[in-house]
Amino acid sequence: MTFDALDTWWWPYLFILIAGWFATNAWRFLGVYLGGRLREDTDALVMVRALATALVAAVIGNLIVFPSGALAAAPMALRMFAAAAGFATYLLVRKSVVAGILAAEAVLITGLYLIGFDG
Amino acid sequence: MAEPAPHSPPNASDYRRWFFKGVVACVSIPALILMSAFVGFAGLAREAGITLPQAVFMVGVVWALPAKVVLIGAILAGSSLPAAAFAVALSSVRLTPMVVVLVPELRTEKTRPWVLYLLSQFVAVTSWVLAMERLREVPRDMRTAWYAGLGGTLVGVNMLVVTVMYVVAGSLSPTLSAALLMLTPIYFLTSLWGSARESASHFAMIFGLVLGPVFHVLLPGFDLLAAGVIGGVGAFLIHRLRKGKGAPS
Repeated sequence: MTFDALDTWWWPYLFILIAGWFATNAWRFLGVYLGGRLREDTDALVMVRALATALVAAVIGNLIVFPSGALAAAPMALRMFAAAAGFATYLLVRKSVVAGILAAEAVLITGLYLIGFDG
Repeated sequence: MAEPAPHSPPNASDYRRWFFKGVVACVSIPALILMSAFVGFAGLAREAGITLPQAVFMVGVVWALPAKVVLIGAILAGSSLPAAAFAVALSSVRLTPMVVVLVPELRTEKTRPWVLYLLSQFVAVTSWVLAMERLREVPRDMRTAWYAGLGGTLVGVNMLVVTVMYVVAGSLSPTLSAALLMLTPIYFLTSLWGSARESASHFAMIFGLVLGPVFHVLLPGFDLLAAGVIGGVGAFLIHRLRKGKGAPS
């Protein structure tokens, strides 16, 4: 049963509720239930954080290497270079997320302009 | 810090006042950065073929941005409902320890559990960071009202941001559309690195970045799960090995 498996208006919302709301809120509710009983530095939590980080990073990797829409038409090398430039800037400028975003976007837009992307 | 007089029980106007202070607390750099990430999310949702009402619904019910980005990634990959739910759940386990840390700060002996369950809906990185920073300045019995103002406003404003940007995204030039779609990956590339508590998370991030695209080709439909599990467990093992060498105890 995929997101567009059923041709009804409510199926995508049910899909979002189960795969989105339930899958995130189960953890939030568990957190309320556990209250202050869980320690932050146990090995289990380190493992959980590593899993979650790798999963989100996998999505990010896919969004850069296999993007959709207009970004897919931009050259792969430029996408990777822009992301690398943004990340390097972030590290150099006191871990500023804003600086990283601005640098990546500046490189991407300049690159696209230079290759005549808008035709 | 205006602690209310200890003998006067809090009344409705106190709650309203602190709720409003929570609303105002949204005006902050983290909230601005989050809004830019939701600008990117709107473009991403649109490109993934998700309708505007569905995208806004997603913001309201899921809220946590990594979970939504994974959900859209799963939808794009044509994952089945159980696989999508599993991937989103794996990406959201970190919400539990965040809520566990937040709840003792919000609660008084008189707080009813349903209030906490309701407020936990607002927990995601930005509101959590703002709350952990500022809750200390809020009188204890006003904290739930304050956090409701903060969390509710962040969710509401970003539902609006997504609505506006989803509509605007259709009329952007190809270069600006590409720039819009670049916002989400670069936002997470930087903020995910910054939020890592230990080296395990840094290794996990590098493994995930590489394994995601690799498994996208090798195992379509299960790429996120495979990259998450292999990358996460691998990073954890490296973390253990390094810790073992560094500290013999």
